Amino acid sequence: MSASGEAAGGAVAVRPRARAAHPESRAARIGRLVARGPLNILLIVIAVLWLVPTLGLLFTSLLPASEITTSGWWKVVGQPSIATFENYSALFDNRDIMDALWTTVQIAVGNTVLLVIVASLAGYAFAWLDFPGRDWLFVVVIGLLVVPLQVALIPIFSLYNDTGLFDTVLGLVLFHVAFGLPFGIFLMRNFFAGIPRDILESARIDGASEARIFVRLILPLGLPAIASLAIFQFLWTWNDLIVALTFGRDTQPLTVAIFSQTRQFGSNIDLIAPASFLSLAIPLVVFLAFQRYFVQGMLAGSVK
Amino acid sequence: MEAATVTRRRGGGRGRARLVPLLFLAPALIFLVVWVIYPTIWTIGRSFFDRDGGTFVWFDNYQEIFTTDTLLTAIRNNVIWVAVVPALVTAIGLIFAVLTERVRWSTAFKTAVFMPMAISLFAAGVIWRIMDEKDPAQGTVNAVIKVFDDAFGGGGAVTAAQSSTPQLTGSISSGFVLRTPLRAGDTAVLGLTAIPPDEIPRDAPDAQQPSAEAGAITGTVWRDFKPGGGRPGVVEPGEQGIGGATLELRDNGGGVVATTSSEPDGSFAFDDVGSGQFRVAIASSTFTTPFEGVSWLGEKLITPAVMIAYIWVWAGFAMVIIAAGLSAISREVLEAARTDGATEWQVFRRVTVPMLAPVLSVVFITMIINVLKVFDIILSVAPQSSQDDANVIALAMWRTSFGGVNDFGLGSAIAVFLFLLVIPVLALNIRRFKREEG
Repeated sequence: MSASGEAAGGAVAVRPRARAAHPESRAARIGRLVARGPLNILLIVIAVLWLVPTLGLLFTSLLPASEITTSGWWKVVGQPSIATFENYSALFDNRDIMDALWTTVQIAVGNTVLLVIVASLAGYAFAWLDFPGRDWLFVVVIGLLVVPLQVALIPIFSLYNDTGLFDTVLGLVLFHVAFGLPFGIFLMRNFFAGIPRDILESARIDGASEARIFVRLILPLGLPAIASLAIFQFLWTWNDLIVALTFGRDTQPLTVAIFSQTRQFGSNIDLIAPASFLSLAIPLVVFLAFQRYFVQGMLAGSVK
Repeated sequence: MEAATVTRRRGGGRGRARLVPLLFLAPALIFLVVWVIYPTIWTIGRSFFDRDGGTFVWFDNYQEIFTTDTLLTAIRNNVIWVAVVPALVTAIGLIFAVLTERVRWSTAFKTAVFMPMAISLFAAGVIWRIMDEKDPAQGTVNAVIKVFDDAFGGGGAVTAAQSSTPQLTGSISSGFVLRTPLRAGDTAVLGLTAIPPDEIPRDAPDAQQPSAEAGAITGTVWRDFKPGGGRPGVVEPGEQGIGGATLELRDNGGGVVATTSSEPDGSFAFDDVGSGQFRVAIASSTFTTPFEGVSWLGEKLITPAVMIAYIWVWAGFAMVIIAAGLSAISREVLEAARTDGATEWQVFRRVTVPMLAPVLSVVFITMIINVLKVFDIILSVAPQSSQDDANVIALAMWRTSFGGVNDFGLGSAIAVFLFLLVIPVLALNIRRFKREEG
């Protein structure tokens, strides 16, 4: 997880330094390892502590129906033979949950694509185009970074009821784009601002239009920042509960579908456990695959 | 560079130059105005009207925030959250970042701790709801406590018992006392029944009728039951002794003058008891009340329980940001401090922490913002019955507006109140930006 400082023009400027290689004798190294034995053990214990809750959910979801309401997840560890996928096959046959999964995918992908486009356009304008009130407007964007979305719930609820956007995927997508924008613009603008001026100037002198510069030059150079933003937004909307709970009734993403089950937590743990694991497995894979970009984005804009 | 090959020339007047930035900005501006700025202003206005929106009520809704019990609980809980969680998350992140720098597998460690960041706060809540189940057979946290309780909690192995004859009175929580006073040379037979089958070892020897000894009080404590029943109060073949029981010899006033413990066959003896009358008792420490599980999700502990889940999620965030800051600190400075004879603790306290101060404050402030907005994880960890006790401002806003009460006036006021709380951070961000941009 080497956090490259390239994307960091924002809140925390961090530049990792290469450590000087210390030539070390074998004896010295063994001595050091022995001295660090307790530290290693301590860190292993902490790492296991941090992994147990998630693994516990996985193992719980593998318990057979006869055990799941009475036993803990460690039963599967002690007796691996009782592990079963029957909860998952029931889950995949569950229409409501599968519909919810599809809704989640639509919301997360749709709004991520839209946000990346809108935020890149605005980020470029803030970084490289001259217009009156530019700095003032960017200060407003920074101010909007911390606005809690609660302030918009009631008026947008009324607006959606009046316009037919209530209970639609589009309504949820648009709301997520709007509240992802301050961070998105902030991230893109700071990254684009780090592109050397010469490259842009020479393209302009050559007569390229701003649209052409944006598509052919800025977007390819901005890919790392775009990746960061896309992962952030994907995870953020995949994991959203409050927005979907407010603006949807039948349009339910996974989180809302599971939430409606938790009202009678206990008896239906055979549904809640595998559904929860399903809902976290996909962002987890995305996260592990693109961890580097996630960390870069976080370092560049840890004010959200 | 690819675009440098673009040589086509284009004209463009002043009007065009004005138009281009607008085209780039327009989509973003529409989103921000329609979905963020206009609604914020609307909500501020709405907060001065009553529930139906028809009557202007000045600050009545704001007054209601500070006079309604559930809302006051929400504010109090948010104060606790802000006081506890950002500091803990930052401290844990700092400790992890510093420690993990010294091991070779730091990447694996960071991934393990950082991983919950990918999980929704809602799913994290479900995870911890399962972890926090009250029954130690299901809840991981209570299961771990039970292991320690069983190992170090003291008490005997017997969890339930009754006396087999009216001669012996009491219960497992007070201990059992033999009614008849005894003197030196007497014997005591202490029969117990209703002991769970697996709590006496299968191979425990049979109990023996105690034999009297001069100057001593002897006796037997045993399971006064065998398959088929047996006669109460009589030591019979096939009835097992209870080893390891704690016996007390009490004087007339009830004071304990001697204690002993029984042999595997249940026999015991108090030697040299002297003159006078005594009573023999089975001490309550012989018995143990089983660990029932801590009620993490009950009304008393629900807020700490949710906080633990939340810290589990966010510690990785703090660790990664701080670790990045740490790697930017000059090695030479640290080495110089060490060469000057500073201990590791002094280096940490006097060099590392001060140099990390800007990063630590960013993490701390970010966490304050996050904590003020905490919502989903409370809905998923707290059962319906304890949600009033776990309430926070963001949740109260939602429940007031959409959770059945549907009071948009009060809901708007709570939203504005939440907004006011983040304004200092908003101002801080703008100031920092202006300073950085010079």
